[in-house]
Amino acid sequence: MTDLTQKTAHVPPAVTLGNTLPWILSIAFLAIAPQIFSSNSAITIMNQMGITIVFALAYNMLLGQGGMLSFGHAVYMGVGGFACVHIMNMETFFSYLPLPFLPIFGGVVGMLLAVIVGSFSTRRAGTVFAMISLGVGELIAACSVIIVVFFGGEEGISGDRTYGMPFFGIEFLQHIEVYYLTAFWLLLSAFLMFMFSRTPVGRMANAVRDNPERAEFLGYSSRWVRFYSFVASGFFCGIAGGLFAINYEILTEENLNLATSGGILLMTFLGGAGFFFGPVIGAVVFILLQTVLGLQTDLWALYVGALFLATVMFFPGGFAGLLMMHVTPIRLGKMHVLYVPYLKTFIPGILAVLGICSVIEIVFHARHAPLGDEDMTIFWTTFNSHSIVAWIVAIAIAVIGVWLTKKAAPGLVEAWHEANTPDKGASA
Amino acid sequence: MNAMTKTGVAALKLDDLRKNFGKSEIIRGIDLEIGDGERHAVIGPNGAGKSTLFNLITGRFPPTSGKVYLHGQDLAGKAPYEINRMGLSRSFQITNIFPKMTVFENVRCSLLWSEGYRYSFWNIVNRAQHLTEEADRILEQINLTERRELPAGVLSYAEQRALEIGITMAGGADVIMLDEPTAGMSHSETDYIVDLIRKVTEKKTLIMVEHDMGVVFGLADRISVLVYGEIIATGKPEEVRANARVQEAYLGAALEAEH
Repeated sequence: MTDLTQKTAHVPPAVTLGNTLPWILSIAFLAIAPQIFSSNSAITIMNQMGITIVFALAYNMLLGQGGMLSFGHAVYMGVGGFACVHIMNMETFFSYLPLPFLPIFGGVVGMLLAVIVGSFSTRRAGTVFAMISLGVGELIAACSVIIVVFFGGEEGISGDRTYGMPFFGIEFLQHIEVYYLTAFWLLLSAFLMFMFSRTPVGRMANAVRDNPERAEFLGYSSRWVRFYSFVASGFFCGIAGGLFAINYEILTEENLNLATSGGILLMTFLGGAGFFFGPVIGAVVFILLQTVLGLQTDLWALYVGALFLATVMFFPGGFAGLLMMHVTPIRLGKMHVLYVPYLKTFIPGILAVLGICSVIEIVFHARHAPLGDEDMTIFWTTFNSHSIVAWIVAIAIAVIGVWLTKKAAPGLVEAWHEANTPDKGASA
Repeated sequence: MNAMTKTGVAALKLDDLRKNFGKSEIIRGIDLEIGDGERHAVIGPNGAGKSTLFNLITGRFPPTSGKVYLHGQDLAGKAPYEINRMGLSRSFQITNIFPKMTVFENVRCSLLWSEGYRYSFWNIVNRAQHLTEEADRILEQINLTERRELPAGVLSYAEQRALEIGITMAGGADVIMLDEPTAGMSHSETDYIVDLIRKVTEKKTLIMVEHDMGVVFGLADRISVLVYGEIIATGKPEEVRANARVQEAYLGAALEAEH
């Protein structure tokens, strides 16, 4: 506590190791990731992740930073993306436009849409805001089949990114080139969004989230603070839309609909809306589940849904919250207290989850596989889904797993308490 | 900040202020002038309309009729944030802070507007050294330096009240309104808050609603007694104490309870 008086006059320097290291590591990781995960499908997945991270971070400017729950945020990304495809199709203009600059147009269009919608939707937060966002989202999604000129009806509209002006000789024919373009925009957008959260209006967004009335009595109009956050969010959603247009060269109704809006809410919450980096984790985990798990089982969405429910009910801080919970034990130097209880709880816990999943998969296979196809494979084991043995084994694993987890849980709670209590004699 | 501190213009002037909720009249024609630099207390029994009066002055509710003037400027139709920008700041009866933000951030946010940052998104607040210094100076004043990095929501009740007073006066407003600043506090906590109020409202105009007669008579230059939406007496503490109507309506019982 003695160093606090010195801290009083101390202003942190703009650049420190602590605040630049995460960015340096991110840049390094994004630069070498294609070397590690070099397959075509891996790069496709990483592109998808990059775009989704930008979208999720932009979404969290509202949800986490500003306390605004939007149910129709896909439209800002979607409309920005549609605009970019239209620019791709404007042959003469596009042939003078280097492709890396295209997302800016998406951003501007997303921002303009946010200015229009935000002018009436940000008057209130809470339910009113959520309902307006839902209504506007549905309205624009419905427009996709009405305003065919812009949205292309059911088949959407497509373009060709390679018609753009070559950028230092790069024509973006290959996925890897698109990857680096996406990675560049991801870093730039993430950095700008982080900086936004450090500006006066970004700080006040937190204040308005916590207590709009108090903010009013400090000279700030809650509505204007929300409006600025909303517009900034729209801009970065539009950037994500532009990246989507570049990556997939097609936009459809799917980019506007409620499922996409719901998905971004789900992954932002899963990752942890309370922390800036939360949506990054959420987007990565979600895309991994969608692509990797999606290849393994038709039921991936069920598992994602269960995971989401578990997050909402048991760890509302999301993955980021779970990670940050460990800051106190680390500071106290007591992480070691947790290792054994963690192993004791999580190994049977994982076993239980796998057992339950096996039961579900076996039921699903037994009920839905084509007639005569009784062999199924999970966890590298092939067996007959109609045999009683398989059922008994799966149920037994699930039951034993749950039982062992329950048995170990009190020990974990105790260890957790212990890890968060400073040692006697040590200063608080 | 607002530099309208000309002599002769009251810091706050209420002109036949009235407020009805449906058919019931809560505030029934209040005329009051509060001078620059005065410490004014509004007392009265429960349900007299003290908090409503505060809410009318600060733009939280619109009055049914009548006017409020701040440094001679009419406040009719002004939103709370506009009134705040004109130099009036208030605290609330129920603690009203930003619970998830740190104590330091609470104070810093309350400085932003008056320091001219408005809605800017091209400044990084951490870089603004004078903001940090000023926020830390206020933390020092309200004795919360040691709590600087804690989320405001975990502070003790008295500390939260102190923080709210810090937030209220941080913006440099020259008219400060405090709604029951010592409500629900122990004796020692009350002493701490009273010292704090005295310290931070120096050279400012203070208007407070308060139940604790010890606080009122120790702090206020003048007192208004509000009963059923009307001011039945205004004057120096000793005058109010001696006033027969006040004795009858309210103060006698309250003073007896005090002793």
